[in-house]
Amino acid sequence: MKVTDKDVAHVADLANLELTEEECARMLRDLNSILEYVERLSELETDKVAPMAQVSDRYGENNDESRQGSGRFAYAIREDVKDGLRKSLPHDVAVKNAPDTDGTFFEVPKVIER
Amino acid sequence: MVSELTIDDVRAAIAERQTTATALARDYFTRIRQEDSEIGAFLTLCEERALTQAGRIDAMAAAGKPLPPLAGVPVAIKDVMVTSGVRTTAASKILDNFIPPYDCTAVARLEAAGAVILGKLNCDEFAMGSSTENSAYYPVHNPRDRSRVPGGSSGGSAAAVAAEMAVATLGSDTGGSIRQPASFCGVVGLKPTYGRVSRYGLIAFASSLDHIGPFAKTVKEVALVLRTIAGRDPMDPTSAEVPVPDYVAELEKPVKGLKVGVAKEYFGSGLDPEVRAAVEAAIQKLAELGCDIVPVSLPHTEYAIPTYYIVATAEASANLARYDGVRYGFRAKANTLSEMYRQTRDGGFGMEVKRRIMLGTYAISAGYYDAYYLKAQKVRTLLTHDFDEAFKKVDVIAAPTCPTPAFKLGEKLNDPLAMYLADIYTVTANLAGIPGISVPCGDNHEKLPIGLQLFGRHFDEATVLRVAHAYERSR
Repeated sequence: MKVTDKDVAHVADLANLELTEEECARMLRDLNSILEYVERLSELETDKVAPMAQVSDRYGENNDESRQGSGRFAYAIREDVKDGLRKSLPHDVAVKNAPDTDGTFFEVPKVIER
Repeated sequence: MVSELTIDDVRAAIAERQTTATALARDYFTRIRQEDSEIGAFLTLCEERALTQAGRIDAMAAAGKPLPPLAGVPVAIKDVMVTSGVRTTAASKILDNFIPPYDCTAVARLEAAGAVILGKLNCDEFAMGSSTENSAYYPVHNPRDRSRVPGGSSGGSAAAVAAEMAVATLGSDTGGSIRQPASFCGVVGLKPTYGRVSRYGLIAFASSLDHIGPFAKTVKEVALVLRTIAGRDPMDPTSAEVPVPDYVAELEKPVKGLKVGVAKEYFGSGLDPEVRAAVEAAIQKLAELGCDIVPVSLPHTEYAIPTYYIVATAEASANLARYDGVRYGFRAKANTLSEMYRQTRDGGFGMEVKRRIMLGTYAISAGYYDAYYLKAQKVRTLLTHDFDEAFKKVDVIAAPTCPTPAFKLGEKLNDPLAMYLADIYTVTANLAGIPGISVPCGDNHEKLPIGLQLFGRHFDEATVLRVAHAYERSR
């Protein structure tokens, strides 16, 4: 599989990146070089191997093979807490780092473009 | 006089009223101002917060109250852990002006144990790199040889300890970012088991691979800091409900009869001959201490780097989607929302971050998901299985931390793949989630430090630390 100019443009679009022409050229070269190295994974027969998304799939106090996904994280289950684990940030603190705010909302440029 | 101070020295000196936490903090700030212009380890100092905390410790000492375990200990934090009211950048321009409203759990626990936080440490942007040259601010110079890199991504954390600008520091390790700089700077660095230390407040790079861990000059100090920051945190659902042993007390148990595995896959081509000799001598020393040296095999090791760079970048592409200029950080001026997103991310991220977002986005995009991301997740299972099998036979595994000593600044900057290969012996522990430590095991002919790496079973930091401590004392 060889990455093309078109792929670079498509992926940049998916990632919300606006690359300069020079960056696109460099990206094309680097992605192809890295992916060529990654190709060696295809040497391994993995049809019967389960994918591993999380280390914590593998342990936990009730590590029960019959449970799937997050159900296996024994420690991800807790009693409901009426008010949540902690109070939300106060409004003024939550917007303090905002580049643009009216004090209540985050403000952004025009959303509907056409 | 701040040099050569350990955590125990600091606490004893304050308890016996030979010095105060305030005087000590001021000494360290003076030293940082003198030394750091040529090292570049710090991005932000937080004197007010440090002196407030030091004052609290001094009041306790003056009242004759028992002092907490890290009372008055000057520490510093990699700038990927958020600190309430103290600028946190992840060494990125996109967070240049970000003042977090809360503390990272590990930082809060250090402070609750009496530590004095001096400031925030330089690193590769979003912890992506192996040399700290990807910092958007300035590179860090290795205190042992200033023409060389300190390693990365936690280069500032390792350099600050090596240059005596902090007694202990926190770093993060996603593919070797604690152990590799510890090795390059001649200090001790530990990556704990995944789930051992809460990641709450750690700016996410690759969530299934990210770990927080300590740096210090000795294994005992690393054990002390780990004891402080480890344990379940309800704010991080992946932090494990596994009891935290007294790592310091465990250090004194004998190592005689422990089985130390040696895997030939970590001694192949590409390993610098002087590094090989130093690590082999360290393993010989472990044999003299009564450990049994046992050959083991980790047959999938050669697939670790490609696996890592797919898994890590895929997760990074999702985690870094949040930097859009809306709620915090840098925002580019633009007329429409989508233009704003793009221009903010283009102007705010450095080249390596963009490269990894691109690679990760590609690997999980339609048509490539199975070939790259799913494939890498399956090989991750195989790599983890290698360790499971080995740890049926041995208690720890000894290996080099890095294939070479510290390289020159600029040497690998234009070759991303060569830079990625600097992590060849460290990424496996992140993929499997097992603990790993780097402890100094000698210098090469240019006086550059070399690191011995020890891996252990999940949640068995105690044995890893114990063997590292016994080795350190035997030198």
